[in-house]
Amino acid sequence: MKRTYIILLLTAVILSACGPQAGSGDYSDLEFGTSADPDAWVRVGAGEFYEGQFDHETMVDYDYEIMVNNVTNAQYAEYLNLVMESGGVEIAEYIGLSIQMEDVDLENDAQGIVGDYPGDAFHGYNHEVEILAGIRLHMPVEAEGLGIALDGNEYRPLPGLENHPMTAVTWFGALAYCEFNGGRLPSEIEWEKAARGADRRPYPWGYGISESNANYYHSDDPFDGLNAGSGGTTPIGFFNGQAYAGFQTSDSQSPYGLNDMAGNVWQWTGDVYENTHLRYMRGGSLASYAHDLRIWTRNSAGPDYFSPNVGFRCVRDPMD
Amino acid sequence: MQSLSKRFQYLFRSTKGLTLVAIAVVSLAVAIWGMLSGPLAEWGVRDVVVRALNMDLVEAEREGRIVMLYHSIAMAVVAIEVYFITGIVQMKKSQRSYINATVTAGYLCAITFGLLFGYFGHNWIFHGIFLFGQSLMFFGGLQLAVALWPWKKEYLIQDPDRARTKKGVDLERVAFFFMAVATLGSVLFGAIPGSFFGNGFETFLAENTLREPNKSPLDLAVIGHLHIMLTLVGVAMALVVGRWLDFKGTWHKLAMPSMIVGTIIITLGVWAVVPFEAIAHLIIYVGSVFVLLGGLFLVIYAWGKIIRDRIAEQGIEKPSFGQKFKALFHDPLKFGAAWQMVFMNFVVTFIGLFMAAKLDEIMRVWPAREERITLTGHWHTLSTIIATIMFFYFADMVGLKGRARKWLGWTMIVGSNIAFAANTAFSIKRLFVSEAAQQPFVNVTSLLTEIGLGSVLIALAVFLIWRLIDLFKRKGLWSKELA
Repeated sequence: MKRTYIILLLTAVILSACGPQAGSGDYSDLEFGTSADPDAWVRVGAGEFYEGQFDHETMVDYDYEIMVNNVTNAQYAEYLNLVMESGGVEIAEYIGLSIQMEDVDLENDAQGIVGDYPGDAFHGYNHEVEILAGIRLHMPVEAEGLGIALDGNEYRPLPGLENHPMTAVTWFGALAYCEFNGGRLPSEIEWEKAARGADRRPYPWGYGISESNANYYHSDDPFDGLNAGSGGTTPIGFFNGQAYAGFQTSDSQSPYGLNDMAGNVWQWTGDVYENTHLRYMRGGSLASYAHDLRIWTRNSAGPDYFSPNVGFRCVRDPMD
Repeated sequence: MQSLSKRFQYLFRSTKGLTLVAIAVVSLAVAIWGMLSGPLAEWGVRDVVVRALNMDLVEAEREGRIVMLYHSIAMAVVAIEVYFITGIVQMKKSQRSYINATVTAGYLCAITFGLLFGYFGHNWIFHGIFLFGQSLMFFGGLQLAVALWPWKKEYLIQDPDRARTKKGVDLERVAFFFMAVATLGSVLFGAIPGSFFGNGFETFLAENTLREPNKSPLDLAVIGHLHIMLTLVGVAMALVVGRWLDFKGTWHKLAMPSMIVGTIIITLGVWAVVPFEAIAHLIIYVGSVFVLLGGLFLVIYAWGKIIRDRIAEQGIEKPSFGQKFKALFHDPLKFGAAWQMVFMNFVVTFIGLFMAAKLDEIMRVWPAREERITLTGHWHTLSTIIATIMFFYFADMVGLKGRARKWLGWTMIVGSNIAFAANTAFSIKRLFVSEAAQQPFVNVTSLLTEIGLGSVLIALAVFLIWRLIDLFKRKGLWSKELA
């Protein structure tokens, strides 16, 4: 019997090697033109929409504009070069967890892009962490999943990742980008209305989900084998109805014409709530199960959290 | 016709038959509904099952469906425990019959019509029958509590080896009684928010509220309900195992008061979550210590007894350490029941304590979805561990012997332990591996989980097929068990 279990265990280990493996290509092998315009914005008109899982009629009584796509690596690199030159952010050592907490073993040797944050009001709720005014981490200089890198004194997107969403950016870094460009991070309500439109759909494109709609866990898109099988981001606007490397996508825009409002990367939203220091994310990511791509699903983390699966887009007041 | 009626009598009137039917029903539900979630969902099996069975799965109703599924399966599991208890605890024959009949009708209504309502369109008559089934279960529980009343003269005991009061009140019976009463109260504790959320159909899964800073009293009641029900199912099974292994002596005298006090404190602590959330956890921790100590005493006794019984069976007068060690592993069913209680601490208790101790420093630094995986992982593991213990007891009850006993027992132990260990490692993977590099780790842990659970389910299926074939035999085991 012992032998049987040893055989079973060995089989398990061998079978585990059947998944996508490290080194099965990189982004530069998977450059696909999606014709998505990273600079495009769309106007969302004032009005009611069905909010949340239980379709509560909710009013947004103002127009706003939202980016059609998530902010790309190229856009963020360009922003960083501008803002570093003007001294708005700098490279400095940062504390692993930049929020003040007692009894936390902090890493002190990591380098990051940091900038000022005015702090949040603290109300002392259970599990609420005080976020004081001060220097906050926008993004690490080096991190897994980071699609930009320093080349001399300039940031540049990594080859093949120019039109992929900017990842490994903290909430502070996302907010700073949007504010620098005259906007802000979308509130949860703004994000949800832009994703859902006027009906009760659970996904931006409609009522069901298949692998052709979005980049999520086991979606089997051409980028699934990257990062030792953890998967990689897809370029903005990838799910547009075209076929790439034999992978047929469906046109999966939201009713307002937004790309990637479900899957690919979680998107930071801008709300700062009174009773928690946590910031909320929407949309699900390449590592999410399909049900976490439903429009109302929330994720949360501290504002200095960064991940290869988290990006953002901005909103702004209408230009006209 | 007579043979049909005898089989019916076996399946629906004897403890063994009733349990067998309930296990078969739960297994069927798990086999089908298990294919709707990962990794089978990712492999495309879910879509095939949904199409083949013509299930109606609306995305916005996922949480409600899962609530129906949990409750449907839980009714059958609780019914099995009731059968065990009415089978081993002294009570009037009529009480036994009424209780078993009530819970049988209850769980069959709940699981059948609950799943039909949840997964095959919303026929409101089905929902009504589901609620009727749950109400029958509650009524069965009331009858059980009455039947377990420990202060009746005929239930007083004089055995000096068993925990009792000076007046002879059987403390084991008291433990069963308080478990039953606590369960009934905790059912109501869940039924109140359940009827509120169920009525508006704005239902939610407890794990999705984990970082909500402002939980309403009804939210808290739902979270408390799920925890206390699972705990009490565990307490009930520990008491059943004690009876099975003829628990007595000093450890029994220590364990029973501990179980009684622990059950009462934990239950009150969980109920206190609603009005006194700030101190409720402390009360729960105190109660948990008592219950865990009760379990520890049972395990110490059980392993000692397993060794003593085997050594006596072998006729060894002065056994060596090696002989004792070998004797401990002789019977996988009895050893397994106690071992799973120990193993549970590694994959449930310690994980829970770690989470509580490092909540703000580690868990709340992770994204919410990671914390949710850890939470859901540990209570799914606990419920499955309890299920394996129930199976060990039943397999022994029906007299599984020889190689079949060893193969089935060891497959269950090793398979489930591999699965639980792998699943636990998966659920806390962020401690070992980053998001970008996690996939090889996820692949291995997922595969080990599937292999472990797969072997457990195959063993269970083999057992059930064997018993199904036996039912077609004129003088099968069923006829002996009925006699």
